[in-house]
Amino acid sequence: MSSVLFDAPGPKARARYRILGVVTALVIIAIVGFIVLRFAQSGQFDEKKWHLFTFPLVQQTIVQSVGATLSAFATAAVFSLVLGVFLAFGRLSDRKWISLPCYGFTELFRAIPLLILMMIFYYGLPPLGVQGITPFTAVVAGLVLYNGSVLAEVFRAGIESLPRGQSEAGYAIGLPKSAVMTNILLPQAVRSMLPVIISQLVVILKDTALGFIVTYNEILFQAKFFGSQAQYGSPIIPSAIIAGVLYVGMCLILAGIAKWLEGRMRRNVKVVKVAKSEIVAIEG
Amino acid sequence: MNTLLNNSDLFITGFRNTLILFIVAGIFALILGTIVATLRVSPIPAMRAAATLYINVVRNTPLTLVLFFFALGYPKLGLVEIDFMTAATVGLSLYTATYVAEAVRSGINTVPVGQAEAARAIGLPFTQTLTLVILPQAFRAVIPPMFSVFIALLKNTTVAAGFSVAEAGAIRSNLSERGEPAMAGLLWVALIFVLLVFILSFVQRKFEKKWKVAR
Repeated sequence: MSSVLFDAPGPKARARYRILGVVTALVIIAIVGFIVLRFAQSGQFDEKKWHLFTFPLVQQTIVQSVGATLSAFATAAVFSLVLGVFLAFGRLSDRKWISLPCYGFTELFRAIPLLILMMIFYYGLPPLGVQGITPFTAVVAGLVLYNGSVLAEVFRAGIESLPRGQSEAGYAIGLPKSAVMTNILLPQAVRSMLPVIISQLVVILKDTALGFIVTYNEILFQAKFFGSQAQYGSPIIPSAIIAGVLYVGMCLILAGIAKWLEGRMRRNVKVVKVAKSEIVAIEG
Repeated sequence: MNTLLNNSDLFITGFRNTLILFIVAGIFALILGTIVATLRVSPIPAMRAAATLYINVVRNTPLTLVLFFFALGYPKLGLVEIDFMTAATVGLSLYTATYVAEAVRSGINTVPVGQAEAARAIGLPFTQTLTLVILPQAFRAVIPPMFSVFIALLKNTTVAAGFSVAEAGAIRSNLSERGEPAMAGLLWVALIFVLLVFILSFVQRKFEKKWKVAR
């Protein structure tokens, strides 16, 4: 698509592009180099600061924190998908007393910041006498309510984008609405929406990092802890680099799966095309 | 209601800072995001690569980590000292810009090919094709996703609370110092956010109607 925006370059333009390309590369190298140099000057790459991360115990703790992040992610992902399907069905219901509350629910929980949701669970409920709110429950509950609402909209958009004939054919052979929904519409909607669903899963994975603010013991929480160890020279930059690599790596793997699935489905003619620009995965 | 009225000073400062963060970061993100989107479709491979790398890395980094870097890592750069509020604004802008860039790019893709071809046919170079013909149409097409990005930005400002910026997300900890019930304070914060998001959605619908491209 982008190639439509400009003509095939002639000799003059090619020379100009080459110069601009070199300039871009130089600017980027200058910016990155400056940051690296500054960090090097302030001793962020000293062996002392990295020494902390050579201990097996510290490495184990990091692996455990990755596990904590992943378990919050997995739990939240499963429950969000379930909640999303239920809310989508509810909103598509013919009965006003079902569809209206579902509409209100999705709109409400999409509008409240995720961090505030987590805080309501973690700081708000225990003083009211609710027992057993761990940081994990607070993080997962917040993620599920928010992402369930977002996924509900994704499922609904997927179902509504299907050709009318699909549900009409279902009713014509005498299926009740529940069967039309679960057997005919939902499988198709999920397939056409799979890329969006997976990018929303990436959002869930990223948002587990908010758990650090409600003291959930995940990657970023550990990174801050290790970064403040004074006897190793407060290696905040090394631990931020490690946390960054872990997060970006995990998210890229998920995003890679999404891309692969999208490629597979593009070859599959059975999938209904949905205007993708209309639906963008939404951040917390 | 008492929690809100007795501590209106906290709520007013909190939400004033939230709005400042939102507006300043929003403007910067819009400008930077458009530039990045332009780089991403430009004829120069190095620029395309740089923009793609920036978008992919930042989009896959949690906002919390981005702000973590600006709050705790930036001082180690030994540059001009900035307060947390400025650092949070920069972090939020850099983060949101990637989403703006992706929204703009999806908008560029919705503009019919003939538009770009016509622009090229009358001899416009890349920058003019983009700024005079493609982008104005693209912006109109992406109003809904763009507003989703800004609503997300508004809600994301709360994350700055984790790094001692006194905005709406920090109201809870200030309230608990005064011994107020956490739940009441948090519910008020949530309610005000719902109202703000409602206002933004209303503005979105107005813009959509006004700027609809007839095709």
